[in-house]
Amino acid sequence: MSKVTNVLLVGVGGQGIVLASDVLSLAALYAGHDVKTSEIHGMSQRGGSVFSHIRFGDKVCSPVIPEGRVDILVSLEEMETLRWLSYVNSDTRILFTKTRIHPPNGAGYPENIEEKIKKYFKNSITIDPGRIGKKTGNVKFMNTALLGMVSRFLDFPDEAWQRSLHEQVPDGTYEQNKAAFAVGKSLIPS
Amino acid sequence: MACMKPGDVLLLSGNEAIARGAWESDISVCTGYPGTPSTEILETITAEYQELYTEWSVNEKVALEVGIGAALAGARALVTMKHVGVNVAADPLFTSSYVGIKGGLVIVAADDPAMHSSQIEQDSRHYAVGAKLPMLEPSDSQEAKDFVKEAILLSEKYDTPVFLRTTTRISHSRSVVEIGEQSASTILKGFERDIQKYVMIPAFAGKRHVAVETRIKQMAQAANTLSLNRTELQDTSVGFITSGICYAYVREAFPDASVLKLGMVYPFPDDLIRDLCAKVKSVYVVEELDPHIELHVKSLGLEVHGKDVLPNVGEFDPDMIQRAVTGKSPAASISIPITIPNRPPSLCPGCPHCKVFSLLNRLGVYVTGDIGCYTLGALPPYSAIDTCIDMGASVTVAQGIEIAEGKNHRRNVVAVIGDSTFAHSGITGLLNAAYNQRNTLVIVLDNGTTAMTGMQPNPLSGETIRGNRTVSLDYLKLAQAIGISDENVRIVDAYNEKELEEAITDLLGKSGVSLLIAKGLCVILQKRKERPRHV
Repeated sequence: MSKVTNVLLVGVGGQGIVLASDVLSLAALYAGHDVKTSEIHGMSQRGGSVFSHIRFGDKVCSPVIPEGRVDILVSLEEMETLRWLSYVNSDTRILFTKTRIHPPNGAGYPENIEEKIKKYFKNSITIDPGRIGKKTGNVKFMNTALLGMVSRFLDFPDEAWQRSLHEQVPDGTYEQNKAAFAVGKSLIPS
Repeated sequence: MACMKPGDVLLLSGNEAIARGAWESDISVCTGYPGTPSTEILETITAEYQELYTEWSVNEKVALEVGIGAALAGARALVTMKHVGVNVAADPLFTSSYVGIKGGLVIVAADDPAMHSSQIEQDSRHYAVGAKLPMLEPSDSQEAKDFVKEAILLSEKYDTPVFLRTTTRISHSRSVVEIGEQSASTILKGFERDIQKYVMIPAFAGKRHVAVETRIKQMAQAANTLSLNRTELQDTSVGFITSGICYAYVREAFPDASVLKLGMVYPFPDDLIRDLCAKVKSVYVVEELDPHIELHVKSLGLEVHGKDVLPNVGEFDPDMIQRAVTGKSPAASISIPITIPNRPPSLCPGCPHCKVFSLLNRLGVYVTGDIGCYTLGALPPYSAIDTCIDMGASVTVAQGIEIAEGKNHRRNVVAVIGDSTFAHSGITGLLNAAYNQRNTLVIVLDNGTTAMTGMQPNPLSGETIRGNRTVSLDYLKLAQAIGISDENVRIVDAYNEKELEEAITDLLGKSGVSLLIAKGLCVILQKRKERPRHV
């Protein structure tokens, strides 16, 4: 397998993008891949848009995903799904959460995002945060549940995911995260 | 990471890899001042490699001087800072080149093209040329780790401090690292007198300057066989000279092209450069920011492309390089007619700075600002900062305005500075104001931490990098000592708008320098204190 797989995780500061990125990239390493990731720190705690590029395969050169080459876009926030269009293409698989976090400057919230995503992307999955929250018992584990969904589209062995989750999530939360991961996984038919 | 052993493969950021490299190189003294994107190096060393001495120094000049002292006493030392921090450390930097070392000395300069969290884009490679110091530049985390050891070995071989330059995309990207053993330093620790080498007065410095010039020539010659510089000769129709993160981008965009990869970006390997240009038809120099490599290559009389097709500003990426060379876009991206509003960073809800800035906006005064989270007070809804130059400049720019306006000055300028910035470079400016009989009002926004870079303690928070209690600077005694009268000093709760307004109005009416401390703990730090980290 010479192709590099590109995953783009996006959202807003405080949604757990960095942790999700850490779990996914380490799972890729444990699945035997070369891995590179790129994310920008600094302003994330102050309400900014957050993104993480994760690339894995036999050999990865650039930590930054080239334009139009995202295989899977995972978005934790509705409008953020469409912020990074230069990286995606019409075949990009899109998993997006219908969570709205309004921008702080009263800029208003764009309408009809789901409709546009469905129109332009043939592989998109809408995620209802309330439904996942009910199943996991806590919306805090939304990011982990999403990773469970992503795991259906990647060929990592389950041990790679579990080892990475165990090492990356805060002490004492592994069991809850493991359960949230399983919930996410169960939502995508195999 | 407690059970790491040599041969293990980890996924590390560039900064975490440099920390590991420090341990593997038996570096024992690590100093620095927090600054994006360099901060996590000392944080990782402090957390993961506890036998190494670490400190947050008061500023970068101090950090480098402590590092120089440690190196002269035989310790291997690491000093970390962001690009603009090198400006602060420039004074000892140039002289450290003359003095040399005993234990290896590595200076990390972390540049921030595209200014993810900086006031300017600055290319620190100029400092290598100016101070005549070698500079290494890694292209991924494995090299970030390995180059620390290479830097130490070069430092000790050539008796010189060595720069390790990173950019944000190296510091904060993660890639696979195979970790290694620790190789112990054999240099005995202890300071030994060597006046002609360590006391830089004209009588001795003349000889040292000759040594510096000889050393850099020797290193330039040796650069041609240095393993860090590598020619990858493939397709000879198009080739590249590049370094750092740009090497990764070039390889992504042009997997089959010939590349001269510079692991050392100063001094230059002229033979390797001439050789590549002789064998390859069309050569491009790919470097972010300034044409540092390009101008040198052209000075050899060689024809190359560079800044004629690539910009001097911002970051590059693989597509930009591909477009510059082929004129073609690699992949058509999707276009959807929708506007996504930006999310500009803003002060956190409940931030203790909010009331101060809304008040300053309402009072309509000019505000000379400084470097930190509170620079966000420049943006709406506060729009309450009128200048932001460098660390400490709030205090001093206000003085210049007062002097220039002379008798027409209306006492309508307020300097605003954070606690860590005040310790870094504000105190000297305050002393200048008192000494030169200004009427400056300085407001210190004391939130108990260095918030912008991720909650590092500082000389006003009373904690060391390890969280141990230590002295904290006493504002009242400081004011008294530098000659500010007691009635010109106030300490006010940052959340109490009424008291703040009374204090500002009152102090602006007083003659002489005045100091207002607005105290309120950073809300992020408050949350962390309520929820202690797991150990």
